[in-house]
Amino acid sequence: MTSILTNLFDGVAYGMLLFVLACGLAVTLGLMNFVNLAHGAFAMAGGYVCMVLVNRMGWPFFAALPLAFVSSAAIGIALEQMLYRHLYARSHLDQVLFTIGLTFMSVAAVDYIQGSSRVFINLPAALQGQFDLFGVGIGRYRLMIIVICGLLTIGLQMVLAKTRFGSRLRAAVDDPRAASGLGINVPQVFAFTFAFGCGLAGLGGALSAEILGLDPYFPLKFMIYFLIVVTVGGSSSITGPFLASLLLGIGDVAGKYYVPKMGPFVIYTMMIVILIWRPNGLFGRTAAR
Amino acid sequence: MNAASDVGYHAQRQARWHYGEVVFWLIVPACGFAFPTRYLIMTDILRLALFTMSLDLILGYAGIVSLGHAAFFGVGAYAAGLLALHGIINEPVLALIVAGLAAMVLGFATSFLVIRGVDLTRLMVTLGIALLLEALAERFSNITGGTDGLQGIEMQAIFGVIPFDMFGRTGFFYSLTVLFLLFLFARRVVHSPFGLSLRAIKNNPLRAAAIGIPVNRRLIAIYTLAAFYAGIAGALFTQTTAIASLDVFAFERSADLMLVLVIGGTGYLYGGLIGAVVFRMLQELFSTITPQYWQFWIGLVLVVIVLVGRQRLHRWVLYVPNLVIRQVAGRKAIVAVPESDS
Repeated sequence: MTSILTNLFDGVAYGMLLFVLACGLAVTLGLMNFVNLAHGAFAMAGGYVCMVLVNRMGWPFFAALPLAFVSSAAIGIALEQMLYRHLYARSHLDQVLFTIGLTFMSVAAVDYIQGSSRVFINLPAALQGQFDLFGVGIGRYRLMIIVICGLLTIGLQMVLAKTRFGSRLRAAVDDPRAASGLGINVPQVFAFTFAFGCGLAGLGGALSAEILGLDPYFPLKFMIYFLIVVTVGGSSSITGPFLASLLLGIGDVAGKYYVPKMGPFVIYTMMIVILIWRPNGLFGRTAAR
Repeated sequence: MNAASDVGYHAQRQARWHYGEVVFWLIVPACGFAFPTRYLIMTDILRLALFTMSLDLILGYAGIVSLGHAAFFGVGAYAAGLLALHGIINEPVLALIVAGLAAMVLGFATSFLVIRGVDLTRLMVTLGIALLLEALAERFSNITGGTDGLQGIEMQAIFGVIPFDMFGRTGFFYSLTVLFLLFLFARRVVHSPFGLSLRAIKNNPLRAAAIGIPVNRRLIAIYTLAAFYAGIAGALFTQTTAIASLDVFAFERSADLMLVLVIGGTGYLYGGLIGAVVFRMLQELFSTITPQYWQFWIGLVLVVIVLVGRQRLHRWVLYVPNLVIRQVAGRKAIVAVPESDS
């Protein structure tokens, strides 16, 4: 019984992490219908920035996290302004090729600068180990992830639902043409959201070094997970990807624990079945864009 | 001349053999005699060319974007490896066909998943199938050899008379023959009414359906055929290198394949052949400059190709040859710029 609860807890932490990593991609795919396979590269950038700051320069972990966000967001906005914006109107094939190229470049570049082995971030003592709560083993680090990611999710939901920017973003998602007709600067809204999504990915990358492992092949290894979150969750709201990442996280942890021999088999089968059943995602709109 | 006969006239003109094509197919075997020390890399190029032609059939002609074409390559490779390893079918040509058919069966089964949904769903489903097969191959390591791969494959002589030699000479001419035969068949297919209907589907599925083309059935047919081609390419890989390992399913293989096709140009059969040559040369060049980081430069090539624009790039590359041809022969260029695929 307790092992089930511990697994559930780990799965929730894993799922929340995936959500923070992937929700930027949901915006890119949902708002501009842009297939960005290089999303993991931004997460990796954040992770490595955090690693360098903490391990080499001796920054405290919690001070390095916001910087991981800022640096990934800065890289994101630079690339968006220079390269991505020229490709919004191009075919999906072009977008796929372009972002695969970027991913390959980021993998080789990080390999060149930091070496190909897995890196670890030195955590403060307060985050290490686990404690028992009613007999359920709770990892301190995973608890922190759930708290941070939970707060972020609530914050994102509030921004989207309550603020003026949120309603402009939702309008742009629903119908870009009508939104720009109403005087909403759609490219600007998108650039900002893209940068914010990249920043979240960077933060997720920094947090995930402990759980998912951080090495130069991160963007390739987890690309499929990000895509699963977005395609299964649908890209029309924030709750869809959120539920999808929780499902994926719990499913993956439980699958690895209870049927370790099947490995990732469970996840891929689930994804294919869901996509056949509902091509626009579990929580997506029924009409294709 | 009415519209129907006009279309037929142009289609037939396109389908005729040009002098350039004959020259191309004379040069390729000539390379085999000219560089007897380079059989291994040339065999590799031929294999890649066949694999790329397979992707071209679905991407260039039917417009199906696939990120998991390595799935069929891998099935062909493992099928050929297992057949030879356990001595089920010892004759290589027969084993090749059986391996191709195995991939074809998988292609037919998965085509029903692929024809549903839009580009993104197709990307995910094809990618998912390749990853699924990779996970399966790893899981059933007692059959596939796991991460070590199939080892100790001994190839018998072709038709029982032509043995494989250690320099790869037989492998080269064997691969070349297979490539040429399959090329002839693909050429026939894409210039047939069936091939023309595929182009119509790619340009606008809705209109194609409106003029009476059974869109889904055509897509299933071409996807199955492409799977057969990819399976043959995979089987050639196993037969000429005598190994089959997990990396036949790798995502990098599917991604590289797209790059090869894009370098060569989509939507005409020579794209895959030219792309394979250029890609291998680029790869050799980059790995001699930076052995460990050649992936960076491959990625850069992809980014530049997309940013410059594929059509523009092809116009630049073909500018000089076409100019020469116009001056010398005084007629229209033989190598047309491939049509767009957006």
